[in-house]
Amino acid sequence: MTQTQQQPMPTSVQGPAGPANQHAPAPASTPRPRSLTQRHMPWWVSLVILAVSAVLGAALSALMTFNMAIWFILTAVLYVIISYGVTRAKVSRRKATDTLWKHLVYLAFIIALLPLVSVIWSVTSIGIPGLLEPGFLASDMRGIDGTIDRRSQEEGEPVLGGIRHALVGSLLITLSATFISVPIGLMTSIYLVEYARGGPLARAITFFVDVMTGIPSIVAGLFGAAAVGWFLGVGNSLGLGLPTRSTMGITAAIALSVLMIPVVVRTTEEMLRVVPNELREASYALGVRKWRTILKVVIPTAISGIAAGVTLAIARVIGETAPILVTAGFIVSNNWNMFQGWMTALPVFIFRQFQNPTSPNFSDPSHQRAWAAALVLIIIVMGLNLTARLIATFLAPKNTGR
Amino acid sequence: MGDKVFSGLALLAGVAILATLVFVAVFLSFNSVGAVYREEEGLIIRQFLQYAYPLVIGTLIASLIALLLATPVAVGVALYISHFAPPRLSKSIGYVIDLLAAIPSVVYGAWGMSFLGPTLVPLYGWLHQHLSFIPLFAGSPSQTGRTIFTAGVVLAVMILPIITSVCREIFIQTPKLHEEAALALGATRWEMITMAVFPFARAGIISGVMLGLGRALGETMAVALVLSPGLLTASLISAGNSTIPAEIALGFPEAPPGSERQAQLIAIGLVLFIITLIVNMTARWIVSRHKEFSGAN
Repeated sequence: MTQTQQQPMPTSVQGPAGPANQHAPAPASTPRPRSLTQRHMPWWVSLVILAVSAVLGAALSALMTFNMAIWFILTAVLYVIISYGVTRAKVSRRKATDTLWKHLVYLAFIIALLPLVSVIWSVTSIGIPGLLEPGFLASDMRGIDGTIDRRSQEEGEPVLGGIRHALVGSLLITLSATFISVPIGLMTSIYLVEYARGGPLARAITFFVDVMTGIPSIVAGLFGAAAVGWFLGVGNSLGLGLPTRSTMGITAAIALSVLMIPVVVRTTEEMLRVVPNELREASYALGVRKWRTILKVVIPTAISGIAAGVTLAIARVIGETAPILVTAGFIVSNNWNMFQGWMTALPVFIFRQFQNPTSPNFSDPSHQRAWAAALVLIIIVMGLNLTARLIATFLAPKNTGR
Repeated sequence: MGDKVFSGLALLAGVAILATLVFVAVFLSFNSVGAVYREEEGLIIRQFLQYAYPLVIGTLIASLIALLLATPVAVGVALYISHFAPPRLSKSIGYVIDLLAAIPSVVYGAWGMSFLGPTLVPLYGWLHQHLSFIPLFAGSPSQTGRTIFTAGVVLAVMILPIITSVCREIFIQTPKLHEEAALALGATRWEMITMAVFPFARAGIISGVMLGLGRALGETMAVALVLSPGLLTASLISAGNSTIPAEIALGFPEAPPGSERQAQLIAIGLVLFIITLIVNMTARWIVSRHKEFSGAN
């Protein structure tokens, strides 16, 4: 109501507005104070504004150097400004502010999508030719040197070399990290949900698990290298004949576990919490012991969620580069031994091919391999994410009670 | 009997996690002694600080750029998902934004190096031409685009999903009654958001930003690939600067084990660990304090 009174009446009424006037029947020309929809802009106005700003944007960007990016930016900016001005002039200041922020929020969303589209597009478009190179997945980098790459770039011979060793390394390291993390993470969340029930220790664990999710991955790598190095030193001083250098697959797996355990704890904890208490109580009522109840009732009920959480955790660590780079190093050939010698993982392979191309002067083949490997990595990670969702949806228990 | 063993195992696992965190600190401290102590000269903290401070500042600059760019966009996206998008779509839109978090950091690094960097070169040229009186844009602009600013943009993209998801969670929890009361009093949607949603979500936004900061500080591969590292400079548009994680990643594989160089790298790793630990603990503390009176659980 206040809004309508403040605004000037569109068609003027004769005579001073007063109590006497209100008693008289309103003339047909005087608009009654309309409802909340008063002074609504017709739907096509925004389209007109968009068209105008697109044309203006094209003109302005032609004044500089025409390019799609500048045109797009100018159009967006002009659209936001013009619609603010039009709404302000035609409707009201408050409505105009609302429109302005609405457009800015939409713009933020579009801006957030741009890098996603750009990354996926560039990886797929550059990566596919390399991926289609015969033997890319089945061969490793042994024997691939600068001369071979120079011939590929200069004489158009096919790019040789592949990522078999990196796939093997990623698989072994990630699997070992999973074997270390899942028992510890699952047992911790069992402790948090089933045993502790909010004591001070449980609160401390919850808090520090949250803090651990933020540990920089490179620090986890340094920890792995330092810890295993120390352990080997102690072991060798006792005469156990361990390897002298800590650079090997298992070190990387330990470093990755530091990153993986908190993720596993967080997800499994949530899944255990949603298991209905009635199930536990029914089991206790039948005289089943607590640990049997947990193993036979609670975990089977939550298993789909747990599996999904573990899959997500794997997806998170399989793309980690830094911890593996400082703990397992990089080699050009296959290494199936977790406890001896250097090992390459897929992300490290990508990094090395970009950073130190096989042939520094003829880097195109290296870059092609790196992009193709990046495509493989993205497919793996997205596949794992998708699998996690499918597991969570389709393996969910049919009757979870209430 | 079985009960005792099982609960003991569960307790052990929980304690093992706490112990891991302590071990991380202990091992890093233990191994970084070589960086601040030399047999013949005694303590060399001064030298270490001289080595470390440009890296700390570089790390802070890159993270700051990332935060400044990512925070407004992330809050906007979170608002879009929670209050603007059609309710039926908002969940799938959330998934799409989460996909940004699923892309490995090395891929972002590659993208920043060979795609984003060259795209930004004209911008750097323009900034240098018109704004070179500001020290941030002085110095010769990079021709490859591999600058600290590009690294900051890539970091911004990488921390966007985490800030978004924290903000989104909080925005959704805004009491419906507050929102409806504001709308019933005649507020526009934006007025409702500033009057009901933001006051409720302030702590959540701050903690989301701090979590993003923690991620940006520790991010390694994107910076290592994007940046061509160099000495500390104030210029954002020329090559130079470096960050702690990038320095470690580039230097560690070449450092011989047990050498002073390795100790130095572990020591700056410890510095990074402490910084991120403080940032993350503050963020989590804000979240947990907020949880108690928001009735979120």
